[in-house]
Amino acid sequence: MQKAQGKTEGVKGYFRKRHVHVICCITMLCFIFGYVWNTSNGTWLDTPIQICNTMRNNTQDLDDFTKIKLLSNHICLLEDSLQIELPRMIYTKPQTLKPPRTDVLMMTPWFAPIVWEGTYNSEILNEQFRQRNVTIGLTVFAIKKYVVFLQKFLETAETYFMVGYRVNYYIFTDRPEAVPKVALKEGRNIVVLQVQNYARWQEISMRRMEMISYFSQQQFINEVSYLVCVDADMRFNDQVGVEILSNLFGTLHPGFYASERQSFTYERRPASQAYVPHDEGDFYYMGSFFGGTVKEVYKLTKKCHEAIMMDKAKGIEAIWHEESHLNKYFLYHKPTKILSPEYMWDNNMGSPAILKKRRFLAVPKNHAAIRNK
Amino acid sequence: MPLAGDGNLKVISAFFLIPRQADLDETFSVLPRMSYAQPFLDKPQRTDVLLMSPWLAPIMWEGTFNRDILNTQYRQKNLVVGVATFAVKKYVRFIEGFLRSVNIFFLSGHRVNFYLFTDHPEKVPSMKLAPEKRLFIIPVESYSRWQDISMNRMDIISSYIRNRWRYEVDYLYSMDIDVQLFEHIGVEIIDTLVGTISSWQYTKPRENNSYERRPESRAAIPRGEGDFYYAASFYGGSVSEVYKLTTACFKGVTEDRANGIEAKWHEESHLNKYLLYHKPTRLLSPEYYWDDELIRPPIIKVKRLSSVRKNLKEVRS
Repeated sequence: MQKAQGKTEGVKGYFRKRHVHVICCITMLCFIFGYVWNTSNGTWLDTPIQICNTMRNNTQDLDDFTKIKLLSNHICLLEDSLQIELPRMIYTKPQTLKPPRTDVLMMTPWFAPIVWEGTYNSEILNEQFRQRNVTIGLTVFAIKKYVVFLQKFLETAETYFMVGYRVNYYIFTDRPEAVPKVALKEGRNIVVLQVQNYARWQEISMRRMEMISYFSQQQFINEVSYLVCVDADMRFNDQVGVEILSNLFGTLHPGFYASERQSFTYERRPASQAYVPHDEGDFYYMGSFFGGTVKEVYKLTKKCHEAIMMDKAKGIEAIWHEESHLNKYFLYHKPTKILSPEYMWDNNMGSPAILKKRRFLAVPKNHAAIRNK
Repeated sequence: MPLAGDGNLKVISAFFLIPRQADLDETFSVLPRMSYAQPFLDKPQRTDVLLMSPWLAPIMWEGTFNRDILNTQYRQKNLVVGVATFAVKKYVRFIEGFLRSVNIFFLSGHRVNFYLFTDHPEKVPSMKLAPEKRLFIIPVESYSRWQDISMNRMDIISSYIRNRWRYEVDYLYSMDIDVQLFEHIGVEIIDTLVGTISSWQYTKPRENNSYERRPESRAAIPRGEGDFYYAASFYGGSVSEVYKLTTACFKGVTEDRANGIEAKWHEESHLNKYLLYHKPTRLLSPEYYWDDELIRPPIIKVKRLSSVRKNLKEVRS
């Protein structure tokens, strides 16, 4: 190699002049980039929500929730819930020494709020959620004869469920033609998802986990922020609003809220994946009302479905089907919010004093008739 | 230790490092088997105090939580917490007591970086800290007025988050130096945006809370508004939330200075304004900052952190 003139000091003859220039240019670009990045005055912290949503919407072929999390965290380093500034609001001051209710447990030992009437201010919560522009998905399964419940369910949902918010009703059914036409308010849609039925009602019930997890990944992640998964044979009777929303929430079974953990009807056979030993258990959750962010509901339903399949392979079926698996899941993945029995009640169970509202009620039905062909 | 305002360091660190990703916002991976008493729905842990704000933020009181569950959930996340504290002029005398007590009682067993800003780095006593705790001593200039020293903390915290701490910690707390811990403060304090209810004002109706009321100030809170009176001696949250808080508060301080007004309780007034319109996700009861001049009533079952008795006039001169 010729020793050319103008070679840079310190690289005697190892590099051509051209190479040295290229290396210098690249290094300069790196420093300029670093300088610009650093002095862009913390704009990374002002990244608006829109970028998060775009990332999510563009990953159509995603099959790995971890990928979304890594991407979205890298760009949006803000927790969505606090990019909001509340307007001036007038309401009664909370009093440190005067709790609004002293008759019930307000919070779990891991700080998940338990939602009771009188403990929250809807106005503040609505303001926080509206600014986040959330859309809520409500999943309901109307397989075979259960289509008969849809009319009442949807009508009452229109009156009481997430009023004023964008809602997608995801109706899983094997009879799409039987889905009633119900007048919907603005911003609310019905999405009919045709699925197969099964011969046994227990099978239909348990397969919901598989179907929710599949559609969460394929569709719901791109359409809604939160998923609420409920039974169809119910009607709304009072406000069910954004006070229920959290990363992962479950609802207390109305029959067990005062029971000792030994009498919870957990699956007690160690051979089942849903097994819970007698000395463990926080609450008994109802399988007919749970939810959370799409990601958390995906994780829950996927885990429950896998557990159901593992039990099947061993020829065992948990005592309360997917509800047993749900309870196992919630014991080892604590929910971040719990709904009181106000959110899941049956009028046949009377009116205890602690129940100030009955928001979501079982519709009377003839079990034998409705569960058969 | 890198010094404040080292320009070269800024450029290199920005280029090669990425911010840490605090993701306590999701539920945790599976917990192990644990043994503890069952919670009962009709048996609230405490009925004498408010356990939750109207926007469903939990309030930390003794007897309401299970630290084992919280610790297990926390450990799965591999988080680092930062604590910023300032010891300027005569306040250096509090450093030893502060470090000794936080070493024992603050987030015991968990990783914490203490960032001690002082104008007398030579006066910091050498001390052996627990293995998960690290101390960074950062020289800083002092101001002639103690009010200015106090208010400028917001600016320093804000710029340190932007330039350095977002790469080092997930959560950041600001604590006064003239305090000592007497009881454990653990992971129950870790949440997105956390404020402490003032021990002086938790019983007062909102008209008597010491909010700034003059409309000319940026910290003004109109009558008829206000949830709690928060103490500026202990607050924190995720790095991005604390960044937003300190930036907004210092902006208020600067605008007030330009208009020739100083808020009644300095940066604490601005903090209270901020937390009124950006609700905290968790609140700490007065157990977490108890002013030693007050007699402790029975509802304050535990005094975890308390100010050290001092002659205010003398120490601020």
